[in-house]
Parts: sequence; C-alpha cells; structure tokens
Amino acid sequence: MALMLIAKGAEADLLLDIDWNGRKALLKRRGVKKYRHPQIDREIRRYRTLHEADIIHRAKEAGVPTPLIYQLDPEGATIIMEFIEGEKVRDMVPRLSEAENRALFKLIGEKSGRLHRAGLIHGDLTTSNIIKSNDRVVFIDFGLGEISKEVEKRGVDFNLMVRMLASTHYNVIDMLLEAFMEGYRETMGPEAEEVFQRADEVRRRGRYIDKE
Amino acid sequence: MLLKVARIDPLICLGIESTADNLGVGIATSDGKILANEVKVHVPDLGGIHPREAARHHSENVGAVIMKALEKAQITVQDIDFVSFAQGPGLGPCLRTGATSARALASYLKVPLIGVNHCISHVEVGRLATGAKDPLTLYVSGGNTLVSGFESGKYRIFGETLDIAIGNCLDTFARLAGLEYPGGPAIEKFAAMGSKLIPLPYAVKGMDMSFSGLLTAVSNEFKTGKHGIPDLCYSLQETGYAMLGEVTERALAHTRKQEVLLTGGVGANKRLRGVIKEIAEEQGAKPYYVPISLATDNGAMIAWTGILAYTHGIRTPIETSYVNSKWRMDEVEIPWR
Repeated sequence: MALMLIAKGAEADLLLDIDWNGRKALLKRRGVKKYRHPQIDREIRRYRTLHEADIIHRAKEAGVPTPLIYQLDPEGATIIMEFIEGEKVRDMVPRLSEAENRALFKLIGEKSGRLHRAGLIHGDLTTSNIIKSNDRVVFIDFGLGEISKEVEKRGVDFNLMVRMLASTHYNVIDMLLEAFMEGYRETMGPEAEEVFQRADEVRRRGRYIDKE
Repeated sequence: MLLKVARIDPLICLGIESTADNLGVGIATSDGKILANEVKVHVPDLGGIHPREAARHHSENVGAVIMKALEKAQITVQDIDFVSFAQGPGLGPCLRTGATSARALASYLKVPLIGVNHCISHVEVGRLATGAKDPLTLYVSGGNTLVSGFESGKYRIFGETLDIAIGNCLDTFARLAGLEYPGGPAIEKFAAMGSKLIPLPYAVKGMDMSFSGLLTAVSNEFKTGKHGIPDLCYSLQETGYAMLGEVTERALAHTRKQEVLLTGGVGANKRLRGVIKEIAEEQGAKPYYVPISLATDNGAMIAWTGILAYTHGIRTPIETSYVNSKWRMDEVEIPWR
C-alpha cells in the first residue's frame, strides 16, 4: 500500500492511495485532536465521518458533483473516496480572467442552489472546498454539512461564502458575488432572495449588543 | 540663523477606554512605553452590566482615574500631545461617557482627538506587549469572540460568534450557579475539580461559533440538580474551548500565519491557553499570551493605538467623533501596517 500525505488540513489529513484495489483513492482521516476532551473528540470525529458520507451521497442525487465513496470507517474516522483531479477554486481566482471567473462562480452558484433546493447545507461553503475538475465543479468537505431546508441555515451557508470572498478574494468580491447570486437564483428560484436577505441579517445580527 | 530643532521627545497620548464595565485611562508614548494603565471596574450589585449604571459609574470616576494615571506616569496634563478614546464597538451609554471626557480633555488642552476601534486596540497592544509581528488573534471577552488576522490593509475577521460572546456565556452561567464575581475565574477554579463530561451542544458553523445554545443547555443541566458545579463548569469549559480551538486552528491553517495571539479577559484562562498552545504546536506556529492587565479592557491599549493612528495621519474632528456601538474591526483601514 502506497499512502501519501497530500494535505494536512485543520480537521483531517488527506492521504492519496495510488493503488486502492486497483484505483486511485483519497483517504480522509479525521485525526485525534489532543487539545479537546477525548469524549468530545471521539464524538465529533465519528459523527462528522458518518454524516459527511451521507451528505456527499445525497448531494450527488441532487445533481451536485461530489466524490464517489468507496469505503467508510466511522470508528477510525476515515472515508475512502474517489480522488478528484483538478484545482481548488480558491487558488484559481487570482489567475482567471474576469469572464472565466464570472462563468465559474455562476456555475458554483447554480450548484449551491441545487444543494439547498435538495435540503442540504454544506456548512463550510468556501472556495477552498470546491474543486474545478474539467468542466465540473466538485464540492468537497461536507464535514460540517447538515440536512435542512431552513432559510436560516441556507443564509449562514451563503454568508460563509460571502465572508470567505471578503477575506480571501476581496479585490474582486463584487463581481464574484454577483455571478454566484445569478447562478444561485437560477436553481433556487424565488426563494433565493429570501436566502440573500437572511444572510445579510445573519451578518448584522446582534454582534455587539449581547449585554443589553 | 535660527535652526528649528526637531522635537526628539517621544509623543505622549492619553487614551480612554469605556466600552463596557471597565473604565480605563492609559498613557503611552510613541517609543512604545506604557507610562500608566489605570482601570476602575463597575461591579453591578445584581445581575449583569446595566449600560446606564455602568455609564454613570464611568462619568463619576473618569476625572479621578485620569488624575491617577497622570500621577502614575509622572507627567502633567500639559505634557499630553493628543487624546484617544474607544469609539466602538461597545455599549452606547458607556462609549458616550468616554467620548465626552476625551472631547472635553482634547478641547481644553487644544490637542488633537483620535477615535480608535476597541477590538483593533486589543490586537495592537497585544503585539506591542508580546513582540508578535503578524499574529492570528483569538480575542475572547465578555463582549467579543473573534478570530482575526491582518490581510491587505485591514484586520479581517475569519471567524466570530454568531450570537453571544464566550465570556458572556461564562459570566451568565456563573451568576445563575451562584458563583462569585468575576465568573470566569470562578468557573476555572471549579472546572479544575470536575471530571465528568456532560454532553453539551457543540456549535461550530464553518468558521463561526454560537454560544447561546451552550448557555441554555448548561443552565438546564444545572436546573435538573443532577450534576455538581465542578462537572458543569468542567463540561462548559471543555465544550466552549473546544469550539474556540477548532475555529482558531481552521483559521490558522487557512491563513498559514506563524503566530497565534490570545487576548481578551477569557484569555487568562489556563485551560484555554493550553488549547492554544497545542494548536500552535500542531500548526507550526508560535503562541503568544497577552499579560492580563493589557488583555482585559484597558486604557493603555487605546493610548497605544492612538499613537499608531496619530503618527499615520489619523485625526478625529470633534464633529465626527460620535461613537459607533457596532463598529466592526474589519471596516477600519490600517495605515500603520
């Protein structure tokens, strides 16, 4: 077995197995976090592993590209899944032309709308968690995903995307956001406006008035 | 021919902090010295901070605290080159008291006035005190809970609470459980005696956190009478700090910063310091802890940030010196970095 560490994330390690039963596979293993209580740690890792696999599967059913799952080990907090060839959107934005970025974010918006329409919440909807693979945008890392149709949760999802654009791609945020919203509206329909509105509320909500 | 000799004495700034229950007056110099850092805390007779009562406390005491700071710094009021104050975020009535005092003092002395952002001041004095150059900051207090880092001209917020601050959560529970004031240290003391983990809601949404559900849940567990205070405090700390830890670690991995700065009153907690230390090690960063007198709300941080702002051309004319109780740190341009 030839396992290669390809990414050490904050939450999980990604290992590449170039010959997993004859094919290339990605192992997502949630490592033990020594800083938190072992009981909390075990529960978070187990729950997120099972849940992530579930949501990845449901997203696929909704027409949102996600990796195929090959094998699941909740106690070992490991998902073995398809290795997606491509590049993180986060790393592509600075290089792409305005038209390319626009098309890309419209597609991302469209797929995000599909996800929400199907009652799924990504939970960490950022440009680091979307991979451009050929013509597809593949959504990864559903570790914080939820099954919900609440406007509130959709709003929080969208707010996260806005926040990530504001902190990482702040120079082109308006254009990217506009394209995203255009795509999102197409798949979400009239409910989209409600989500945008809620996201704005989430952003402004009671940040500094908790003592009054 | 007369040569105009450039002034070589460092500039002196007096800063007034009054965003919540602490009234602080600090005096800092442009060569990075804190000459005075006087704080007077408003302790409510009952319950949490009542903004009006806290503001009354501040207005009644601000004169005396300014005099004390001057005495401590061994300067006279005439030595002050400019006056800074916390313009926000915070409790409106408290902010207005500090702002009024600062305006009056600056007008009387005919020196410039500078309004500074409270959250940014925490980071800046933290950098001054610890020597951290470009840290990712976890700022945890009674009113604020956020993870921030400097990127292209502004302090960006990578994660924050979506409702109440962690310190607010701790304080409110401490009051409910009848623990002594202040709540944070009392909880820490009891937590050290606890061992059983009571399951409580763990709410991390991407990079953001929510503590209101945690407060409700721990309060309900307390009311059942089934658990001892130590186990409740232990579980509250473990759950809340695990959330802070996760968000900080994610932001650290995302920004790839080499330093982590822990500040705010809750940053005094040893368990939380331990969490930050482990995360820093794991992510290959260096942890820094701001000394408690500069980590809790204080005037020195306002004075020091006033110096940074003043020396980079920032002035706040009296006409535009109104307070902004919801002034986010990521709205402020930072010319000094």
